[in-house]
Amino acid sequence: MSSEVRFTDFKSDKQPTWCPGCGDFGTMNGMMKALANTGNDPDNTFVVAGIGCSGKIGTYMHSYALHGVHGRALPVGTGVKLANPDLEVMVAGGDGDGYSIGAGHFIHAVRRNVDMTYVVMDNRIYGLTKGQASPTSREDFETSTTPEGPKQPPVNPLALALSAGGSFIAQSFSTDAQRHTEIVQKAIEHDGFGFVNVFSPCVTFNDVDTYDYFRDSIVDLDETDHDPTDRDAAKTKILDADKEYQGVLYQNEESVPYSDLHGLDSNMAEIPDGAPEGAMDLVREFY
Amino acid sequence: MPDDLNWAIGGEAGDGIDSTGKIFAQALSRAGRHVFTSKDFASRIRGGYTAYKIRSSTDRVESVVDRLDILVALTERTIDENLDELHDDSVIIYDGERTEMEDVEIPGDMTGLSVPLQRLAEEAGGAIMQNIVALGAACEVTNFPIENLDSALEKKFGNKGESIVSNNKEAARKGQEFVADEYDYEFDYDLDTTDNDYVLLNGDEAIGMGAIAAGCRFYAGYPITPATDVMEYLTGRIEQFGGEVVQAEDELSAINMALGAARAGARSMTATSGPGIDLMTETFGLVATSETPLVIADVMRSGPSTGMPTKQEQGDLNMTLYGGHGEIPRFVVAPTNVGECFQKTIEAFNLAEKYQTPVFLLADLSMAVTEQTFEPEVFDMDAVEIDRGKIVDDDEVEAWTDERDRFQPHFSTADGVSPRALPGTENAAHMSTGLEHNALGRRTEDTDVRIEQVDKRNRKVETAKEEEDWSPREFGNPDSDNLVISWGSNEGAMREALDYLDDEEIDVRFLSVPYIFPRPDLSDDIEAADEVIVVECNESGQFADLLEHDALTRVKRVNKYNGVRFKADELADEIEAALQSEEVTA
Repeated sequence: MSSEVRFTDFKSDKQPTWCPGCGDFGTMNGMMKALANTGNDPDNTFVVAGIGCSGKIGTYMHSYALHGVHGRALPVGTGVKLANPDLEVMVAGGDGDGYSIGAGHFIHAVRRNVDMTYVVMDNRIYGLTKGQASPTSREDFETSTTPEGPKQPPVNPLALALSAGGSFIAQSFSTDAQRHTEIVQKAIEHDGFGFVNVFSPCVTFNDVDTYDYFRDSIVDLDETDHDPTDRDAAKTKILDADKEYQGVLYQNEESVPYSDLHGLDSNMAEIPDGAPEGAMDLVREFY
Repeated sequence: MPDDLNWAIGGEAGDGIDSTGKIFAQALSRAGRHVFTSKDFASRIRGGYTAYKIRSSTDRVESVVDRLDILVALTERTIDENLDELHDDSVIIYDGERTEMEDVEIPGDMTGLSVPLQRLAEEAGGAIMQNIVALGAACEVTNFPIENLDSALEKKFGNKGESIVSNNKEAARKGQEFVADEYDYEFDYDLDTTDNDYVLLNGDEAIGMGAIAAGCRFYAGYPITPATDVMEYLTGRIEQFGGEVVQAEDELSAINMALGAARAGARSMTATSGPGIDLMTETFGLVATSETPLVIADVMRSGPSTGMPTKQEQGDLNMTLYGGHGEIPRFVVAPTNVGECFQKTIEAFNLAEKYQTPVFLLADLSMAVTEQTFEPEVFDMDAVEIDRGKIVDDDEVEAWTDERDRFQPHFSTADGVSPRALPGTENAAHMSTGLEHNALGRRTEDTDVRIEQVDKRNRKVETAKEEEDWSPREFGNPDSDNLVISWGSNEGAMREALDYLDDEEIDVRFLSVPYIFPRPDLSDDIEAADEVIVVECNESGQFADLLEHDALTRVKRVNKYNGVRFKADELADEIEAALQSEEVTA
């Protein structure tokens, strides 16, 4: 089946309710194309999302999916993947979902290195609650809840991922369809936790981090001599506050995903009709 | 109670009290004696008083009593702490050669046996074995065949090498011989042995064992007293059956991981205690609305807040019954003893999958950390039945698709249970969500669909009420006018209390209820009795509240839950209709 899969097979018949021009359209299209390009089909794909504009993605894509509670998409994805390694697991979130309420899970998901892909639609604003500061909002960005700006530095998600031992750290721009797709595809193909922070502009509430801003600012790593296997080089770029990078910042090619380390290769959904063979040994232990 | 011995070892946390107690309990169990243990422990790692107590008899023992016959006191405080339970015929074993124990006064007419535990242990190969010397001494006091202790030592230290085992055996013998040589007493505590083979384990272990037996392959949890033993039991064992234990970063993550694994089709569970249950609460609703089968064990301890982490309480009943915003269909199953922790865990997994909803396994500290002996038949693996409920395979998908060939995971069936397609099933890809949704799993705010889905989910519980057996267990005199009702681990003590009451010529009918929701309707039983007493380990009587509620005259109800508030005229109509109606719903 997989050879015949087209990216539109991952589209549901539900029309997105994102604002016209929202960056999330491009982010999602790239995810669907990347899934199709990597030989997946809707029946073996599981998409997990949290809450917010990004959380709606499970509705607009066609696959097995769970739309969960705020900030907890990564633990759900972890459970899905460990229980059935045959599934392609993709987790989608926003900057609020992933770096605020879900920040703890983010760090631990990175270090756990389960073989799944995490795509964060980073628009540096809370959109669905109508325009409050997010953890990636700029220090002086005026919003309804921060009239003089948050007055605190934004979270650097790439730096968090690198310091937590991330094995694949990338960034893309939703409107740059080809590069974004390619980068998500690399994240899927990576053996381990593939993390992609996607600039996915909010056209309604964010008049600072706009398409124009990103278009003018982004430096594509493919046009530099950046070596993604060089962690120190990645660190320098990630901590460079003056530039926005697109591409794979870091990839550990030696990465061994959680399931391999723990010898998990079977589908846990398959269980016998009664107690498993050898269960009596469990009782004998207590004699 | 013939041949009933109460034994304890006490000292400072870190003295190996727990493992020593377990070795002796094991020796007694291997000698065909019943054992029931309890622990006094504080929430600290080293220092502070701690004790491990064993009650043992050739008959079944199901509770602790206020009597201590033999006490191994590693510290003077151990004697003070147990003064209330010690009596004139008690024997206290202590090491009078240790400076801090030199001046120990043995209270009343009790017998103090000063045994140089440390010196004899050193002679046997190391001071660390001082507790084993004490066990040898206890064997002599009770005329207990020391071979049973040998057997327990082999089990405990077998994998550490033959010399460790033989040193320990020698240490035990030195204790035994010292008492035999130095003291010329006739003790009252001869321990008989039998040919019975018992298993000895605690409630947390029984929950873990039940989970594996039931096909649970995924466990995610966060360490918390007194539920941690479930995770520790599963770690290293569940892997042998193709499963995995994940220590999550917090309880929020734990329950969501377990939910993810369950959605992938694994039988999955998490276990925690009060504070952890609080953190998990948000996800209860998601589990229920996404119709995911999940077992959530709450091993209760004293609350609220951090409360008393190492003490018993049954204070979370309301939490598991009502926790979470909105209204959540769920089951709450409460095992009443260690053996039931095994059986009810298996039942919990079947209920979860049959009805695709959260099942709370409400256990408590007293049975979670209590080792108890059982006939092996209680843990009969051949009797384990697994019911996975309505899982559709590739060929069955079509029957559940809509006119546009879309699979309907929340199709509203007569029994409320929908077809379930595990990921990987062809042509059944679908979305699940905590948002109110239609049969396809897609978000909706349509008032009719909302009602249809709420009713459908609640119908599962109604179906289960009819299909499953929620009966209580009955003890005592069935015709008595005095009715006692309890739930959880109180059953053992209450069963024994019946004997005491019988001695006083007080007859009682006792109902032990292992199900909180659904629960048996005890209204008739309550009305028929002159006196009704509900026994539970909490202040307010949470279960009593429920029973009072159940036994009240039934009220008529007017309900609305379509997402829109009552309108006055509409409400007037409803009230009028209700007043005219003969029907009273439960």
